[in-house]
Amino acid sequence: MYFVVAVAILVTMCLALARALGGPTVYDRVLAVNMFGTKTALLLAVLAFMFGRPDFLDLALAYALINFISVLAVLAFFQNRRTNARQPDEI
Amino acid sequence: MVAVIIDGLSWALLTAGAAFVFVGGLGALRLPNFYTRMHAASLTDAMGTILILTGIMLQSALSLPTIKLLAILGFLLVTGPTASYALANAALLSGLRPEADSIEHQG
Repeated sequence: MYFVVAVAILVTMCLALARALGGPTVYDRVLAVNMFGTKTALLLAVLAFMFGRPDFLDLALAYALINFISVLAVLAFFQNRRTNARQPDEI
Repeated sequence: MVAVIIDGLSWALLTAGAAFVFVGGLGALRLPNFYTRMHAASLTDAMGTILILTGIMLQSALSLPTIKLLAILGFLLVTGPTASYALANAALLSGLRPEADSIEHQG
């Protein structure tokens, strides 16, 4: 049964990857990457119990932390670039 | 008897969580514009996380992994909506307008 859940999460990760590769705007890509990271944490939690190795839960926690910080960092980067690029037009 | 009930409840939660996660992936790939895709992805992210992690929690007896799972669940539930909000805010500020009638035009 863990196997079914793991396969469902893996398929969803593939769908998110397809959206990240083909997304029309940069925000679609960030959304897909954010989803991919959350699914990674979930997959690690499921695999920890599927293989009977609870140590994987620490990795899942670390992945959740890294994912959140990286999404916010990428968003701040694009927002700064956008406002810097727009300022000459507005003046 | 109690063990069987808890086991069945846990498998039901895990299956429902897998279904939610899959529907979210499908929605993020197939829906027509950015804000609808984000709605699909962020809602099912929260629901799938709750269901799957609660299902696993029922499988592990009360021990250290349960506490770690609670920490992961709490953290994902705080950061997921925050990241979604930041993403929508950034998209809106950058000029990506939500268009209510774009679905009919594309259909």
